[in-house]
Amino acid sequence: MSEPVIEIEQRWDIHYRHAAGETGSHFFRALRDKRLLGRRCPACRRLLLPPRGFCDRCFVPTGEWVEVESEGVLEAFTVVAQKFTGLPDPPYVVAYARLRNADTAMVNYLRGIDLGDVRAAAQSLAIGMPVRVVFRDRPEGRMTDFWFEPAQR
Amino acid sequence: MRRVAIVGVGQTEHRFRRDDVTYPELAREAVAVALEHAGLEVGAIEAAVLALAPDALMGVAHAERWVADALGVAGKPFMRVNTGGSTGITTAHAAFYHVASGMFDCVLAAGADRVGESGDAQLVLNTMWDVLYERPFPLNAINMLALQAVRYMAKYGTTEYHMALAAVKNRRHALKNPHAHLRKEVTVEEVLASRVICWPIKLFDACPQSTGGCALVLCSEELARRLPGPKAWIDGVGNCAETYFMGDRMGPAAEHDHADADALAEAIARAYRQAGIQDPRREIDVAELYAPFSNIELHAIEAARLCDKGQAGWLLEKGEFHLGRRQPVNPSGGVLCANPIAVTAMVRVAEAALQVMGHAGERQVDGARTALATGIGGDHQFYGAMVLRAE
Repeated sequence: MSEPVIEIEQRWDIHYRHAAGETGSHFFRALRDKRLLGRRCPACRRLLLPPRGFCDRCFVPTGEWVEVESEGVLEAFTVVAQKFTGLPDPPYVVAYARLRNADTAMVNYLRGIDLGDVRAAAQSLAIGMPVRVVFRDRPEGRMTDFWFEPAQR
Repeated sequence: MRRVAIVGVGQTEHRFRRDDVTYPELAREAVAVALEHAGLEVGAIEAAVLALAPDALMGVAHAERWVADALGVAGKPFMRVNTGGSTGITTAHAAFYHVASGMFDCVLAAGADRVGESGDAQLVLNTMWDVLYERPFPLNAINMLALQAVRYMAKYGTTEYHMALAAVKNRRHALKNPHAHLRKEVTVEEVLASRVICWPIKLFDACPQSTGGCALVLCSEELARRLPGPKAWIDGVGNCAETYFMGDRMGPAAEHDHADADALAEAIARAYRQAGIQDPRREIDVAELYAPFSNIELHAIEAARLCDKGQAGWLLEKGEFHLGRRQPVNPSGGVLCANPIAVTAMVRVAEAALQVMGHAGERQVDGARTALATGIGGDHQFYGAMVLRAE
């Protein structure tokens, strides 16, 4: 009982190549042209962003691609102040925004606000505030090609 | 469908680490306590269901291999359940189905977790998000529930203060629970001043990373009647899944709002219906509600219909839901004071069972006869509920 116990250190470093599928691939290709595309459900008519091959509510395949507007509203946010292993250095804002003609919200970073004081930054944000999509200069077809920023009304 | 009782409950102490035992040795500790509590030998167990959360949390793939001996299952039917944070209560459901179906008379539900062995739980939990669209961002279990808190505050006008009240209550309760991991009182001021993790969630609004085990022995009515000890009758079981994308729970087209826990409410309503509960504010004596962050307890209380939507914070301010009041919530200290992920939701069932058995020690709610236990898993996606009654 008094003998010290021994620790055995181990790590996982596993590589995967996930297929994006035909629907996801089309969305990511359009990002290179700075366009956001949603998929409309033929039954409930919701414009789903991010796009998916079927509507979970109606259980039917989606087919129609619709370009999503670049302005919308903030639906949820959090200001992250803690460093998590393997995740980016704080502070940063994780946000969900619903773009004008989309029926669902999508996650991305919210940039363009002062994060010098985390609590003050949080107080400067509110659900419903207008936001816009900003693309990087040379998009590569990734989710990190774009982010949200507060929009001037 | 046959009536089923919990006849044995076992729990280890929940701590940051347990370096004196391995994973199966820890699980066996809980199983041994549950068997002793039931007055049964391991040979009486006819089948076992293992609670085992995402593999990478413990760093062992297919760890049901490693732990199976600790559940005494060689030669017997065995399965694993994983629904993330709700794993423990889904495991209890699966064990219930085994017995209620008439196929088995005595079934073990058990498991353990070792979250303290890796400091990287949030990195692991980041891998549960959508590979294409959400994984590129640093989502994890903390910030996804911070997003909930922000929507809840905006919808109902509550503040960080109301979140703090839940943390203060649970820390006070945990002083009476020798199994709890965090057993140190905090004040509202200390919670509000603690460092921001993911605003509005601060350090003292958050659960710890815990190591611990839990086990339940479930029996048919016929077998339970032959055992001398008290029983916790499983009178209601409810389960409900929510949609996958969190962003689908926001905006006018959403069926449910991420602020609320409507699918949890449905799971609980199903359990209430089965148990014949019509007025939970009168009929539920005590509730063990899964809530890993203080804000989650508020909407879990509301999903259990212990008060109206948006009201839990104001009632906490009046002292409701504390031990000694009419309808205590989380007398164990709840998930905020111990979170061994794979079994956290089973601990809710265990604590609820102990309450109706009258075996809850210092945290016993006087005269508790009907108890509710809940679990939440995934990105607020998988929900479970159970209503337990005394004789």
